Amino acid sequence: MSKSKRKLLLGNEAIARGLIENGCSIATSYPGTPASEILAAVAFFQNQESLSMHTQWAINEKVAFEVAYAGCQTGLRAAVSMKQVGLNVASDPLMSAAYLGTKGGFVLISADDPGPHSSQTEQDSRLMAMFAKIPVLDPDSPRQAKEMMGMAYDLSEAHQIPVMVRPTTRVCHSRQDIALGAIPKNKRVVQFEKNPARWAATPKFRLQLHGELEEKLAAIARYRPTAPKKLNPGARSKQAIIASGVVAAHTKDILKELKIWSKIPFYQVMQPFPLHTRFINQMIETYEDILVIEETMGVIEMQLADRYRVKGKNSGAVPRVGELGPEKIQKIVSDFAGLKSKVFSIKSPPGRRPTLCPGCPHRASFFAIKKAAPRGIYTSDIGCYTLGLNMGAVDTVLCMGAAISQASGFYHAYKNEKKRPDIVATIGDSTFFHAGVPALIDAVVQKVGFVLVILDNRTTAMTGNQPTPATGHGACGEETETVDIHSLVEGCGVKFLREANPYEVKDFIALLKEAVQYSRKNGPAVVISKYPCVLHRARQGGSGEIIPIEVSDDCDGCGYCIKHFECPALIYHDEDKDDKHVTIDSILCTECGVCLNVCPKGAFVEKGK
Amino acid sequence: MSKTIKQQILISGVGGQGVLFITSLLAEAAISKGLPVFTSETHGMAQRGGTVVSHFKVGDFSSPLIRPFQADGLLVLKDENIAQHGSFLKPGGWAVVNSSNDMTINKKMVASAVDADRLAQEIKNPKSLNLIVLGLALARASQKKPDRINLFCSLADVKKVLKKRFASRKKLLDASLLALQAGSQAYKK
Repeated sequence: MSKSKRKLLLGNEAIARGLIENGCSIATSYPGTPASEILAAVAFFQNQESLSMHTQWAINEKVAFEVAYAGCQTGLRAAVSMKQVGLNVASDPLMSAAYLGTKGGFVLISADDPGPHSSQTEQDSRLMAMFAKIPVLDPDSPRQAKEMMGMAYDLSEAHQIPVMVRPTTRVCHSRQDIALGAIPKNKRVVQFEKNPARWAATPKFRLQLHGELEEKLAAIARYRPTAPKKLNPGARSKQAIIASGVVAAHTKDILKELKIWSKIPFYQVMQPFPLHTRFINQMIETYEDILVIEETMGVIEMQLADRYRVKGKNSGAVPRVGELGPEKIQKIVSDFAGLKSKVFSIKSPPGRRPTLCPGCPHRASFFAIKKAAPRGIYTSDIGCYTLGLNMGAVDTVLCMGAAISQASGFYHAYKNEKKRPDIVATIGDSTFFHAGVPALIDAVVQKVGFVLVILDNRTTAMTGNQPTPATGHGACGEETETVDIHSLVEGCGVKFLREANPYEVKDFIALLKEAVQYSRKNGPAVVISKYPCVLHRARQGGSGEIIPIEVSDDCDGCGYCIKHFECPALIYHDEDKDDKHVTIDSILCTECGVCLNVCPKGAFVEKGK
Repeated sequence: MSKTIKQQILISGVGGQGVLFITSLLAEAAISKGLPVFTSETHGMAQRGGTVVSHFKVGDFSSPLIRPFQADGLLVLKDENIAQHGSFLKPGGWAVVNSSNDMTINKKMVASAVDADRLAQEIKNPKSLNLIVLGLALARASQKKPDRINLFCSLADVKKVLKKRFASRKKLLDASLLALQAGSQAYKK
């Protein structure tokens, strides 16, 4: 391959490129780490190559799945990408689509996050594939992830079945030099052929479809192109090691370093489910001692199903919890091979915890919420504002949209108590669209007394500022229709509804107090806290009013601002016990001026005033 | 340049310091030399002002991650991170840290300091501390002195990458080159 055609691609960009090079015509997604960059990269290539395809951020993963799936029903190649917990939301259409099958190729990319680095769970999407009865491919690197897009489309069209590709964080967020291939020019015919017995099958026909699905799976377990590979053909032993995904990549390097590459047969599984029948038989017949290393659950291991010969997560040889980093694999492999390898594990300090950015409007909202309902229950949700935890302004985080339904639950639980706590729920704009609306309607119907603060920063911030339905532009920058949060909340039947700027801290606290009062007697009160994300503003080159701040001599080092406001631009000095004080880091400070209202001693003042 | 080159470098800092940026410069430098490159980085929740680390590998590797005591070099943009990531360095490896004083990693190894925060203020570009640290490492790689470090690329290679990257953004290019230069000159002083 010539030097000039190699390009440094993020794993997610490699996946996007693989989709484009294999004629994907409809791509949808909802952002979530570690999958977010896939759709953005599809949009980039679409613009760059002027491709006529449909690329969109959907309101949630279920909608994203259904839009893309209908695309494949017309004969086009389609793809939907999401993070692993997003697949929980899309699991309803997934289970059904497995039965109905596909016409054009359909690839579901579900990115797992062993660790977890940026997720609620370490769940294994491969097990979801097994549950839905669809095949799943498990790439070990950005390069292989790109190759697997072609493999997945071929497999999908050969057997008329949705195919999952399951990258993990280390594949999504690694960069590798990758050769770019050609993009096909010939367009497919779009044609939806009516066949209600299949596409709208009743339970009676579902039974038949289920039978067909089992036949498909049996055939896929014999499908050559995705069969496991022995990576060291010369190795002979009674022992064998099997791995898949990025874990296979770690294992490969470690076997070489431990100098047992030519000794212990090493197999890489490309398609963890369904595991190839011949491979299962060959493993059990050939080897006495088999080690299976995989993330995060024992999907390959359970299909090998010989508890005397197979070691892995079920036998306890491989940890069931956490990411399998290379140092863990070194120990597992050394123990298996009977080597005394010197394994180092690092016990290092935890490092810095993430915090809300300096100038983040959420910080102002949280500060005000604590003032307005000091002993309240604070339910919250998935997004940057989860970090309100650091300020003591977040008590619960369950999953997308749960801030509102949990607020309802707490309200009902305390309903018959003499003293009922105030309940304040916080949810981001994108999360509100995603899963908050049905929960709010439910709360209105049930007359739930709580305050909902919708943190409307005009973007999906945590995952890289993707548009929301209120933004007005799509994945490729094209203009879209907008849906206004205010009207939406009104339409849900909420009677107390206000909109305000959290940077106006005093007014905002007063408004929240009013909302709390209202909620105690009358039911749900909604406050839309409206101010754009600082990161998003910086990227677009704009900034709000600038209020330079300095710390006056009134600062006595009480630490109130550090504990309750927790702005990274505030630096606490306690080196000298007699002169504890706070200073402002001028590089980090965005000069938002919110801290003017924070210090109980009034020590934050406008510069030069 | 030999195809058998294999180097692993850990780049450590906190969100917003530009860890990913200098990682990408090194990666582009490797590609321009025809070397295989593999990096791994931190995204999402962990990026909001928290610790950010990237693993950089050039040469024939399958795994994107560096194990403890395996890194040939460390670039540390936040001095406190030495405690967290110092033990990735292999015996005999090199380390450069953004700090006013050299820092001990363990009994045998010391990270040499460059006061990148101060230098960045001096050149009136406080966000360029990442390039200053990189500049110092590259300067050490091109010296003949005993503390020369082994790096797959040179100061000139990285300058070339910057020129290509910022071809249409003259101001940004000049500021970046200045920062790189400030770092490399800090070594000679």
